[in-house]
Amino acid sequence: MALWEAVLELADDHLVLGHRVSEWCGHAPMLEEDLAMPNMALDLIGTARTLYDHAGALEGAGRDENRLAYFRDERAYVNCLLVERPNGDFAQTMLRQLYFAAFMEPYWRQALHSSDAVIAGVAGKAVKEMAYHIRHAGEWVIRLGDGTEESARRMQSAVRALHGYTGELFEAGADAGGVLPDRAALRGDWDRVIGEVFAEAGLRQPDGVPMQSGGRRGLHGEGLGHLLAEMQSLARAHPGAVW
Amino acid sequence: MYSQGLIGADGRTDEAPEFLEAFQKRIDAEEKIEPMDAMPEGYRRTLIRQIGQHAHSEIVGMLPEGNWITRAPSLKRKAALLAKVQDEGGHGLYLYAAAETLGVSRDQMTEELLSGKAKYSSIFNYPTLSWADIGTIGWLVDGAAIMNQIPLCRCSFGPYARAMIRVCKEESFHQRQGYEIVMTLARGTPEQKAMAQDSLNRWWWPSLMMFGPHDAESQHSDQNMKWKIKRFSNDELRQKFIDATVPQAQFLGLSVPDPDLTWNEEKGGYDHGPIDWDEFWRVVKGGGVMNRDRIEARQKAWDDGAWVREAALAHAEKRRARKLAAE
Repeated sequence: MALWEAVLELADDHLVLGHRVSEWCGHAPMLEEDLAMPNMALDLIGTARTLYDHAGALEGAGRDENRLAYFRDERAYVNCLLVERPNGDFAQTMLRQLYFAAFMEPYWRQALHSSDAVIAGVAGKAVKEMAYHIRHAGEWVIRLGDGTEESARRMQSAVRALHGYTGELFEAGADAGGVLPDRAALRGDWDRVIGEVFAEAGLRQPDGVPMQSGGRRGLHGEGLGHLLAEMQSLARAHPGAVW
Repeated sequence: MYSQGLIGADGRTDEAPEFLEAFQKRIDAEEKIEPMDAMPEGYRRTLIRQIGQHAHSEIVGMLPEGNWITRAPSLKRKAALLAKVQDEGGHGLYLYAAAETLGVSRDQMTEELLSGKAKYSSIFNYPTLSWADIGTIGWLVDGAAIMNQIPLCRCSFGPYARAMIRVCKEESFHQRQGYEIVMTLARGTPEQKAMAQDSLNRWWWPSLMMFGPHDAESQHSDQNMKWKIKRFSNDELRQKFIDATVPQAQFLGLSVPDPDLTWNEEKGGYDHGPIDWDEFWRVVKGGGVMNRDRIEARQKAWDDGAWVREAALAHAEKRRARKLAAE
């Protein structure tokens, strides 16, 4: 295992989640969210692009961002399972965003001091983006949890649907040789943010939900294959073409 | 977009002649009319209709382009397309806000769109069938929108005119971006070039239709020209568009699908073949291939989002009550 593979994990997390969020564009519950969703998707995809190029350079096999994004199958994708979960309703999408951002914000804060200049540079921008993703998604989780009876029910059911994918966030993946933050050490920060939001939203963390894992080894749910089939279809129909 | 926004507009007004005369004087002096100013009812009604339909066009216009966000062939194109579709949504928000200054709510306008009472530009009832369509829409559809909208930056109604200044800047960027997509395809593989040509073939005529019916058939034009809601006729703008676009197609090595297209030395512009107005009216009246799907998609987003909007209101109300109780 090597650093480039660890960077690839990060890049896949960001692209897959960015793609999922982009699926909302034009279909959101209100116009303001039709603008906010592409914004968040752009943050994530922008980060993914830099990370893919960096992973490709570290690997040294001549693969650029598009080669890595468009010409790998689902078994070669190493994103965590949380980010590939289907959008579900607005409650699930906002909770998925909060879970991810509450993990990535302290991650990038630590990565600001990385010995790898590209990673430290990405962190400088991404840490600000994740802070406002927490704010945006967190506010929605509170509004929906503490809104109407229906919204509270939907929000709690989103927690049940997604909670089992949060454990994997803190698992170690490819060995980055100390260049990237230790995921397990971020647990305290994540628990604090989620705890605060849930308290205000009136939500409970469910007990006894089995934790899922496997994404870092390319063992995914069935949804990812469809996401990639759609995303890669045009690029793969014209291999070698420039767009 | 804008000419179609005036289709069905009712500019009739029955204020006293002195009032109308004073209003006309302000217009003739190129004064901007602001939301709180007195204005003829027909002027207000016409603007609400036009700005509302312009806003709806931006919102419905997110759908055909959104159709390719998840399949964009490179990450750079994906990001650029997302940003572009987001811009269109932003234009919609801007325009709804401008219309709201005239005393209509965004919810009211949305309901009129969903019920079919309000229209949107007929161009968005055509499907995006290939990636090249994303380039062609930027190049031709946004290009035609710019031709329509540049004069609107001098529209007599202040909020609309000011919104148009910003919108035109962004549209102009979209137009160049779209052209660059088509150029990349035209210089690409034979399959990519064929994709670009096929796309031009499908979008050329609908783009010309965006300027609205021929002047002779365009109702209410005189009154709207007088009120400076409209500054050039449909045919004038269409001619400008053709003259600007044909050389751009030639530069790409693509052929414009009009066998009658010829340069007319005398008028210093192109003559073009007949436009299929039956098709235009069929699509405007709901018979286009995508009319039903577009409204269904907007209706679904509206219905699926109802519980979210209700929850946001309920939560705001709870917060307010808690704050009051704490004071």
